Amino acid sequence: MQLVYLLILLPLIGFLVNGLFGSKLSKTVSGWLGSLVVLGSFAISTKYFLDFYTGSLAAPIDIKAFEILYFQNISIHFGILVDQLSVLWLMIVTGIGFLIHVYSIGYMHDDENFSRFFAYLNLFIFFMLLLVLGNNLLVTYAGWEGVSLCSYFLVGFWYKNESYSNAGKKAFIVNRVGDLGFLLAMFVLLYYVGSLNFSDLKAEALGGNIPSNVALAAALFLFVGAAAKSAQIPLYTWLPDAMAGPTPVSALIHAATMVTAGIYLVVRTNFLYDLAPEAMQVVAVVGAATALFAATIGIFQNDIKKVLAYSTVSQLGLMFLAVGVGAYTAAVFHVITHAFFKACLFLGSGSVIHALHGEQDIRNMGGLKKWMPITFVTFLISSLAISGIPPFSGFFSKDEILAAAYEHNIGLWLVASLASLFTAFYMFRLVFLTFNTNFRGTEEQQKHLHESPSLITIPLIILAALAVVGGAMGIPEVFGGTHWMKNFLAPVVASGSGAAHAISHSTELMLISIASIAAVVGIAFAYFRFVKGGALPLKDGEEKGLQKVIYNKFYVDEIYNAIIVKPLMTLSSLAYEIFDVLVVDGVVNTLASITYWKGKQIRLLQSGNIGFYLIMMVLGACAILGITIWQL
Amino acid sequence: MNIFQEIPLHNYLFLSAILFCIGVFGVLLRRNAIIIFMSIELMFNAVNLLLVAFSTYYSDSGGQVFVFFIMAVAAAEVSVGLAILVTIYRNLHSVDIDELKSLKW
Repeated sequence: MQLVYLLILLPLIGFLVNGLFGSKLSKTVSGWLGSLVVLGSFAISTKYFLDFYTGSLAAPIDIKAFEILYFQNISIHFGILVDQLSVLWLMIVTGIGFLIHVYSIGYMHDDENFSRFFAYLNLFIFFMLLLVLGNNLLVTYAGWEGVSLCSYFLVGFWYKNESYSNAGKKAFIVNRVGDLGFLLAMFVLLYYVGSLNFSDLKAEALGGNIPSNVALAAALFLFVGAAAKSAQIPLYTWLPDAMAGPTPVSALIHAATMVTAGIYLVVRTNFLYDLAPEAMQVVAVVGAATALFAATIGIFQNDIKKVLAYSTVSQLGLMFLAVGVGAYTAAVFHVITHAFFKACLFLGSGSVIHALHGEQDIRNMGGLKKWMPITFVTFLISSLAISGIPPFSGFFSKDEILAAAYEHNIGLWLVASLASLFTAFYMFRLVFLTFNTNFRGTEEQQKHLHESPSLITIPLIILAALAVVGGAMGIPEVFGGTHWMKNFLAPVVASGSGAAHAISHSTELMLISIASIAAVVGIAFAYFRFVKGGALPLKDGEEKGLQKVIYNKFYVDEIYNAIIVKPLMTLSSLAYEIFDVLVVDGVVNTLASITYWKGKQIRLLQSGNIGFYLIMMVLGACAILGITIWQL
Repeated sequence: MNIFQEIPLHNYLFLSAILFCIGVFGVLLRRNAIIIFMSIELMFNAVNLLLVAFSTYYSDSGGQVFVFFIMAVAAAEVSVGLAILVTIYRNLHSVDIDELKSLKW
């Protein structure tokens, strides 16, 4: 029982030590301290995972620790829930978290705020564990807010650059919109069901005590929260901007862990979604639309990290599509494989950026495989995985999602398949432009090209290996597997979604072939265009027509600026000029100037003449005496 | 033999009132800080006299004890006051209160 607390507290300890005494520690100590506390958490997570894996622990651990809130007949506890679902997330958060910590020791080596960086990373891991382990919505919400905060800290880590700190603010503010949805969902559940506890809610839902309109409202509000956190339309704009943070942050927070919290939330509350098919419809459509939309934008981006960011948005869209069609297991499966290959891709791009001293534009790269073979191979493997080439991990998880979508609605399947095709194309556009052909940077950069140190390459190799074999967790029955993950997660998502995979094996094989062929077509197209054809992305400002629109991200940021940010700013400045300056400041200033003006007159009494004071004193005493006598 | 059989209480009251008024007028009319100071002492002792008189009249020694305390505290206060006066004199070469006008707005 106590081990769970240690699991959560270890990163907090790391945060406190690094945060309070970081300036006194050497970089080696603070970096390894930050990494080892996460390794400790990983060890404990592994223990729990193995307990569930071997079956020695079948029932979830559900601890009510202490009361946080009490009013009338409602009481909310701080509580911890360890079950099959949270254990999987624990493994990702601490496992990949540890690798990224180690990577950061190498990557951030020359940064002057080294220990501050590790303090934030540890704090992030702490909040992420809180989010995953909470046994009720309020604890999860606390972690949810905490990871937002850490995301803000880390995106704006190089706060001296104003656009970076603005990106941090954007990430935080857009997430606030989602937090409002989460909060409203909690109010709805508290008011109509009277509990925020996952186990209570599930019991009520399965017992048929939650009316479907309540479930619908709660599910939709929760999805608003999830959509903001997991960067879905219309709240995705913060994620590409969040690439301003250091690359390990992008890998950890904005690819592998925090952005998947939305999926976690929806899967965790799947019993609510099962009661509200309309909400699932919304989730599926938003997910599919996001997948295609972001993949389209990804095709024309030239910043190596921006491409990966849009790819993340697109993949998250696929996961929501899976959730929306009831394939919760497929979504979780894709979360895990995606965490492997996307973390690897981000870390690989970090390795490239590191070698080029901060260059992020793929138009100034090229031919890097000669200098950086390890980075190239790992990047290539992860790209194959994300494109869905068998037998890499992404192939299995993505095909499961596509099959579930096909079964549900052929339109959704078409959109998702198109998104996958685009994904294969832009990923290999990225690979070819970065690692193949000739180097297009400056002479100076070419002289300094080198493979990254082993602290950076070892995490890459491990993640690439996981990206290759990760699919083994869910080999479908078509290929003679038993789909381990589906059985593993069955206790958590037992309801409703059990009907998935009702399509015949031949249909499934056909779908798999189509998806694989689409991926190969995407890659081949990229190969002929960028390697054989030698095409290069256009210089800024040369784009025309549709390409220009897509290059500028469909002007979504500009539209949001025009319809939300600008009016809000105008309203605020009006409120400032009228209410603040005239009313609030006016009242206070008027009072102050009256006091000042009167004081100026009254102070003349203070003449400094002692004789006058004495007379006034005696007269005063006489007056008091007189009044006293008169009152008698 | 009790002194109040010879001198009745109201005489003490009159004396005390007269002393107090002399003190008040001294404070108000004189310009020399030392004289003002002495006048204040006079007012003090008028009150002390009253306390002692009533104390004897009611055969309650509390009033006399009080007077001793007042005298002790007054002695301490006098030394502080005189020290201030000395400082004033050193600065202004005068103890005329009309000269003391710098403590104002």
